[in-house]
Amino acid sequence: MPKAIEIASLNAYYGSFHAVADVSLTIAPRSITAFIGPSGCGKSTLLRTLNRMHEVIPGARVTGSVLVEGQDVYGSGVDPVLVRQRVGMVFQRPNPFPTMSIKDNVLAGVRLQRRRLSKGEANSVVERSLRSAGLWTEVRDRLDKPGASLSGGQQQRLCIARAIAIEPEVLLMDEPCSALDPISTLAIEELMAGLKATYTVVIVTHNMAQAARISDKTAFFTIDGARKPGRLVEYGPTAAMFSEPNQQATADYIAGRFG
Amino acid sequence: MAVIVLDRAPSIALGKHTVRRGRRVADTAATWVICGVFGLALIPLVSLLWTAVSRGLSRLDADFFGNSMRGVVGAGGGALHAILGTGLITGATIVLSVPLGIAAAIYLVEYGRGPFARAVTFLVDVMTGIPSIVAGLFAYTVFSMVFGPGVRSGVAGALALSLLMIPVVVRSSEEMLRLVPDDLREAAYALGTPKYRTIGKIVLPTAISGIVSGSMLGVARIVGETAPLLLVAGYSDAMNYNLFSERMTTLPVYIYQQWKFKGADVASYDDRAWTAALVLIAFVLVINLASRLVAKWFAPKTR
Repeated sequence: MPKAIEIASLNAYYGSFHAVADVSLTIAPRSITAFIGPSGCGKSTLLRTLNRMHEVIPGARVTGSVLVEGQDVYGSGVDPVLVRQRVGMVFQRPNPFPTMSIKDNVLAGVRLQRRRLSKGEANSVVERSLRSAGLWTEVRDRLDKPGASLSGGQQQRLCIARAIAIEPEVLLMDEPCSALDPISTLAIEELMAGLKATYTVVIVTHNMAQAARISDKTAFFTIDGARKPGRLVEYGPTAAMFSEPNQQATADYIAGRFG
Repeated sequence: MAVIVLDRAPSIALGKHTVRRGRRVADTAATWVICGVFGLALIPLVSLLWTAVSRGLSRLDADFFGNSMRGVVGAGGGALHAILGTGLITGATIVLSVPLGIAAAIYLVEYGRGPFARAVTFLVDVMTGIPSIVAGLFAYTVFSMVFGPGVRSGVAGALALSLLMIPVVVRSSEEMLRLVPDDLREAAYALGTPKYRTIGKIVLPTAISGIVSGSMLGVARIVGETAPLLLVAGYSDAMNYNLFSERMTTLPVYIYQQWKFKGADVASYDDRAWTAALVLIAFVLVINLASRLVAKWFAPKTR
């Protein structure tokens, strides 16, 4: 099986707090993998270790290894800035840059990396990214309007366009729909099915129906109590996980008996 | 259901009536008290403005803006040299304090951790409380040590004023930078942006309107300073275009001198002092208005 991401005995800490304990799993390229589990189980933390965003928080650290396309992102001498150019991220709350227009938001990643683009190239990047994010027809005639003028769902799709404009290999999504209404959520889910053709997508979600609808594989995490580290309980094809899980904890969680 | 509603409706109305009366009385009383206190606070302000305008208008003429005080002993003369001095010294103060203040604020918000950052914050707090005359003495000492005792220059005045302005700039910029949501920093990092470019391209542009208007309010704070300038910039009757040599007068010092060292023709000295006071007030007013406009121009657009 080809491997886009290989996580091996990964532990994540916030200062002295052990947030994620000994997770190992392998993610296939051009697939959607969902991380599910109760709040505080470390699924968002794990997601943030995949592009070294975890260490942005003061005191946070990681042990273990994460291989993206065979290269250890925690290897010595690896620049986290370059890792993040290969592994893009979409956050829970839409966060377009308030000082920039829709167009400049899409181009932000390219420009912040000091890549030079001709006007024609820039326009084609904007159109391609906005089309991939399913936003092009809605904003094509107001690209110079501020990004903050869009609705919440549109802003989130703008953030997706911004993330894919720099052509990452992997796209991480941290509860991308939890601040959105059902119609915007549907739009993003449909979009993700299309993104799978090009990118390896990893999504954290609290919405189990969403995980069941969109993902190819699901990883279930849990915690054994407050201040305890989160751990991986079960990882497998989504259909199997939701019909006949191997672990009782997974079955309980999916059936809504806890969490 | 209908019965219950009918049954309860009168009692609710009655309750409303009694509550309403007490609340209305309290509301009216509070409104009058607040308005009265506001009126009281306005009295000194209006009185000051009225005095400055009524007494300053008589010399608000072309001569006042076209002449210095060189060779003037009675009527006539003007404050061109003081207006020039205010412009030069204020400009030099801005050049000294705004970059330093913003840099310190960026350090405190984006990089500062541990004891050194706490020390910087503490020192900024202490600087906020420095009496302006102490800032003047400090600048005087520094320049005397380097250029010999008794040296006076505009740039020494600017140094003294910078000591007063830097903490204002640091504080206001710090507030503004902290208001920039971490979401935006994370969004930039996640796009593969180095920290320094995130600060330069995302954080500063988002906060710039607040930083600029805060800095302009800092200018309004120092433009009326007199004591430190009397010490280190001195007083002159004539034009001085050079910040780095000789005495230089600013408007507040000019007012003080006109008031304090009156010649035989007392009235014309008084008139000039009041006109200079009026010009100074107008200057501060313009800075305040400009800072609001600037804040509006630079503010992130949502439409």
